[in-house]
Amino acid sequence: MVTLNHYLILSAILFAIGTAGVFVRRNLITILLSIEIMLNAVNLTFVAFGRALGSADGQIIVFFVMTVAAAEAAVGLAIVISLFRHKESLNPDSFASLKW
Amino acid sequence: MFYLFAAVAIGASLLVIAQRNPIYSVLLLIGSFGALSGLYVMLDAPFVAVIQIIVYAGAIMVLFLFVVMLLNAPHEDTEYDERVHPLLRPGPMRLGALLALLLGIELLWALGRGGESGVFPGGAVTSVAVIGRSLFTDYAFPFEVTSILILVAMVGAVVLARRDTARDRRDRGGV
Repeated sequence: MVTLNHYLILSAILFAIGTAGVFVRRNLITILLSIEIMLNAVNLTFVAFGRALGSADGQIIVFFVMTVAAAEAAVGLAIVISLFRHKESLNPDSFASLKW
Repeated sequence: MFYLFAAVAIGASLLVIAQRNPIYSVLLLIGSFGALSGLYVMLDAPFVAVIQIIVYAGAIMVLFLFVVMLLNAPHEDTEYDERVHPLLRPGPMRLGALLALLLGIELLWALGRGGESGVFPGGAVTSVAVIGRSLFTDYAFPFEVTSILILVAMVGAVVLARRDTARDRRDRGGV
């Protein structure tokens, strides 16, 4: 019997994988992909809770999350392109001068 | 069936952050999204499952793939050996991997303490008509805000990714 807890645990594992990707990878595109993994883990939580509560609200929030994810991907990739034009590199360590 | 989809989702996500070539990462992430879409079907949310495939796998991931191929920089240039396990690498990266691991353990621990059995009740909302009516009545304001967000993101992406034509013109004029 698959319960709500199964979905929440799967979502937690996916979220942790996404977090690990953001920390471990040194590639701007892979970091953006890891953020997408985290957003999808949250989406799964929303749908699972919506199903458990018997309401459509969870599914509606998922649409908003997907829209925000699309906007984030578009702007993020545009920033990645313009950073790549400056340094010919996708390594975030080569943009350390942005810190100061 | 749940365990099959869950295994595919976790395995594909792990491989996404293990790949060195971003093109493989993007393709594996599409597989992970497919598995998640199957999970949405099992949660009686077929509309979300279809949207997941069409919008996420179809549009957003194609955007990623497009940028990866446009930039044509498949390999990370790092100063250390990529094959070393992340936990054995020096400095902040080890701390980051440890933090992520800690987050996962913490979430699992918190979920393990949950007292409720969490069995799904009958009578799920699967109808697209119900979702649409709720989206355009109760959630009308967030919906309109979302449209403005998309407009801003579109303009922002165009402005950010544009070549700096003013500087080009000045450079050419100076010579």
